[in-house]
Amino acid sequence: MKARVTVTLKSGILDPQGKAIEGALRSLGVSGVASVRQGKVFDIEIEGNDRAKAEASLKRAADKLLANTVIENYRVEVIG
Amino acid sequence: MKSAVLVFPGINRERDMARALRLISRREPAMVWHAERELPPGTDLVVIPGGFSYGDYLRCGAIAARAPIMEAVRGFAQKGGLVLGVCNGFQILCEAELLPGVLMRNAQLRFICRDVYLRVERSDTPFTRGYNAGQVIRVPVAHGEGNYIADGETIARLEGEGRVVFRYSSPDGMIDPNWNHNGAMNAVAGIINERGNVLGLMPHPENHVEASMGRTDGRGLFAGLVDHFKLAA
Repeated sequence: MKARVTVTLKSGILDPQGKAIEGALRSLGVSGVASVRQGKVFDIEIEGNDRAKAEASLKRAADKLLANTVIENYRVEVIG
Repeated sequence: MKSAVLVFPGINRERDMARALRLISRREPAMVWHAERELPPGTDLVVIPGGFSYGDYLRCGAIAARAPIMEAVRGFAQKGGLVLGVCNGFQILCEAELLPGVLMRNAQLRFICRDVYLRVERSDTPFTRGYNAGQVIRVPVAHGEGNYIADGETIARLEGEGRVVFRYSSPDGMIDPNWNHNGAMNAVAGIINERGNVLGLMPHPENHVEASMGRTDGRGLFAGLVDHFKLAA
């Protein structure tokens, strides 16, 4: 089963990289960009067919490693 | 003082650290590989040195914090053993939740490689007994992610409990944004845990311990630790 874990910074956490990207987009003439915050995407192949089990595993993976829950949120999607 | 220096793949400051420990404790430190499950018997001080463990992949120190040896370090710290984390070592301690907060990307996005001034906030810890409270020392930093961040509650607790041990300062000990190169909250350069046995700091005191290095301001940290163990014996 394919799954995707998306990790993003909690609001209020300063994101200087996002700001730098914002500035670069502006310099490139990409207009109308109000703000950018950079996150991470993990594409994971899970063995088996049990959706609930997969979600639980991925939650555990996110809590224990993929996200630093002090500063990051995560979203788990089992795609199929 | 029996010290153990942890080595993870990508760590590159272990030999500088071993040199400082050898020089000042007059004892050869043990070099402990990340895959080991035990610390050498009789270890007094565990040191996690600087570098780019696991290439800073995922997050700085994230993977090292979950390496096999860290379970032994956790147990050691729980029993009151002293742990010192420098630079990547500080990042590893935060990721391992042996210290609160997180080290994020330097606010100005540049890797900073220069000498900085640190104000030693208290001298009543085993790590800082070699200094006077309020003393300003000059030590090198070399990091891209040294921006200490924690939520309001954690910062309040750290400050309230006097757990900020080193702060970036001007040469005469003033806290000033111009002397806080990485933008760290409250100019935090180093903190201790609740129990006072685990210290993490971003700068490299081990690189200022010999006259040939230009300055010896870093000696006090190591000499103080040696004294601590001499008196405890």
